[in-house]
Amino acid sequence: MSETLKSTLADKTAVLAGLPDHPALKAILAWNADALVDARFDRAELTLTIAQDHIRAAAATVLAAGYNAFQDVTAVDWYPSAPRFQLTYHIVSHSFKEMIRLRVLVDEANPSVESITPVWPGANYYEREVFDLFGIRFEGHPNLRRILMPDDWKGHPLRKDYPVEGYR
Amino acid sequence: MTETIGTPILEVPRAEGSSDQHMVLNMGPQHPSTHGVLRLVLEIDGEIVVRLYPEIGYLHTGIEKTCEAKFYQQVVPLTDRVDYLGPMANNLCYCLAVEKLLQLEIPEKAQWIRVLLTELTRLNSHLIWLGTHAMDIGALTVFLYTFREREDILRIFEAVSGQRMMTSYFRIGGLSMEPPLDLFDRIQAFINTFPEKIDEYANLLTGNPIFRSRLKGVGYLSAADAIALGVTGPTMRASGPDFDLRRDMPYSSYEKFQFNVPVSTEGDCWARYEVRLIEMRESVKIIQQALDGMPEGPIKADAPKIVLPDREKMKTQMEALIHHFKIVTEGFPVPAGEVYQCIESGHGQMGYYVVSDGTAKPYRVHMRYPGFATLQALETMCQGRMLADVVAVVGSIDIVLGEIDR
Repeated sequence: MSETLKSTLADKTAVLAGLPDHPALKAILAWNADALVDARFDRAELTLTIAQDHIRAAAATVLAAGYNAFQDVTAVDWYPSAPRFQLTYHIVSHSFKEMIRLRVLVDEANPSVESITPVWPGANYYEREVFDLFGIRFEGHPNLRRILMPDDWKGHPLRKDYPVEGYR
Repeated sequence: MTETIGTPILEVPRAEGSSDQHMVLNMGPQHPSTHGVLRLVLEIDGEIVVRLYPEIGYLHTGIEKTCEAKFYQQVVPLTDRVDYLGPMANNLCYCLAVEKLLQLEIPEKAQWIRVLLTELTRLNSHLIWLGTHAMDIGALTVFLYTFREREDILRIFEAVSGQRMMTSYFRIGGLSMEPPLDLFDRIQAFINTFPEKIDEYANLLTGNPIFRSRLKGVGYLSAADAIALGVTGPTMRASGPDFDLRRDMPYSSYEKFQFNVPVSTEGDCWARYEVRLIEMRESVKIIQQALDGMPEGPIKADAPKIVLPDREKMKTQMEALIHHFKIVTEGFPVPAGEVYQCIESGHGQMGYYVVSDGTAKPYRVHMRYPGFATLQALETMCQGRMLADVVAVVGSIDIVLGEIDR
C-alpha cells in the first residue's frame, strides 16, 4: 500500500488524507486522535509523533493493531533547539510486512517518559541504553541501570554537548 | 548530571522464596564459551540456574558517537568493525540507509553483487557459529573443518576488496571497484563443493549422541516470548515465527531470488542448529542464482557528486577531478530527514537509523543489532536449567559481542 506511494506527505493533514486506510493510523485515531501530534510520510516510511504522556498507550494500541515486532528505541539530541530530545521507536509488523516509526519529543528540563517495557519486554535493554547514553528516564522500567558505560560514569556520552574526544 | 539509579547487579534482591543457599557466580568476561567478553552473573541453586543477568559493555567503543564526527563515506569502514563476522552485511545496511536518504538508484549489477557477497558473509558468519558452538559442546573437530571453508570465503573477500575481514567493499552509490575477472569462477568453484561440506558437518554432528543430548530440549524459547523479547533471525525462526526480511520486506533486489525460509517450531537449541544448517544450503542456492543471472552494466550509480569518479576519468576530465577533490575534502551534503533500513544479517535483523540535518556528516547514526535483543531472552531460555546448559544456549543464539557493545 505505502510501497506505491512515493511522494512525501509533510504534515498531519496530508498524511490523514493520503493514507486513510493505514492500519496503525486508523488504530491511533480510533484510540485517541488528540495524542497524535504530527505525522509524516517520507521516503516510504511513516512517522507518527505521539504526545509525551501517551507513548505507552500508543505502543499498546499499535501492538493491538498488528504491529507486533518491536525493533528498537533510540534518541536524537537536537541541542540547542527545544524540545531537546526526540525518542524514536521502530516497530515492524509481521503480518503487514511493514515498519512504522513512533516519535516522542522530550524537553530538557524533565527528560522523562513512560517506559514501554510493560508492552514489549524487548524494550528493556534499549531503554537502558537510551538512559545510559542520553540521560532520558523511563518511568515504570523494571531496572533502569546504565548498560554500556560503567555504573559510576558521569555524564551521557551521546548528548551533543559531550565532546567526541578529549576532556570534558 | 551524575546519577546512579537502578539496582547494581550483585545487589539485586533475591528471587522470591529463595534461601541463603543460593550462590552468585560470575561467568566471564574471560570465559572461553562466552564468545568474546560477555559476563553472565548467575544466581544458582546447586547446579540449577535461578536467575541470570548478562552484563555487557566491555567492548563499548562509542562507535555511534564517532560516526557523528565523520563524513558519510567515512562511516563505511567503521561499520565493518561492529559485527566483525559479517562485514559485508554491515556495509550493505549502512549504504542502503544513506542511499535511501539520498534517494539514489543503484545499478542492477551492483545490487546483485551485493546480494552475492552478503550471502557469502552469511555463510562466513554461520560457519564460525557452527565451529564455536560445536567446540563449546566438546566436538572440537568441527571447528577445524568450518575454519577450512571460512578461509576460502576470506580469500574471496580478499580478492574482491583487498581485505580479509574489514572489507568496506560496498560504498554509498555502489561498489568500491570492479570485481576481479575470475571472481565469479572462484565463487562457483567454492559453492560447487560447499554443499558436500555441509553434509560433512552434519555427519559429524547430527548423529553424534553427545551433541544431540546436549542440545535437544535445551534452551526452550516460545514463539510469543521470541517476538516479545525482540529476538530475530534464525533464533526466532527456530521458535516458530515465519518472518525473513529478505523475503518479506525485500531490499537490494532480493525479490528476484527464489529461496525457502527454514522454520522450526521446536524452539530449542537443536532447532536453532537445524535451521541454521538449512539456511546455509539456501544461501548456496541464492549465490548460484546470483552467479547464473548476473546482469551486465555499471557498478556505481550515476551521481558524480556522491560517487568517486574512475581513475581514468580523473586524468582526462576537469570535472571529474573537481568532484573527486570535493568529495574527499568536503564530503557530500545529504538532504535532511530520517530513515531506518533493516536487513537480515547472519544473526538476525540488523537496522541502521540515520538522521541527517542536511550537512555532509550524519547527525545521528543508530545501529540496531540482533545480538543486543537476543541477549535479553537468555534468562528465559536458561532459567530452571542446569549450569552446563548455559554454555549450550549461549552458543546456540549466535551472538557477537562487537555488535552488542558497539
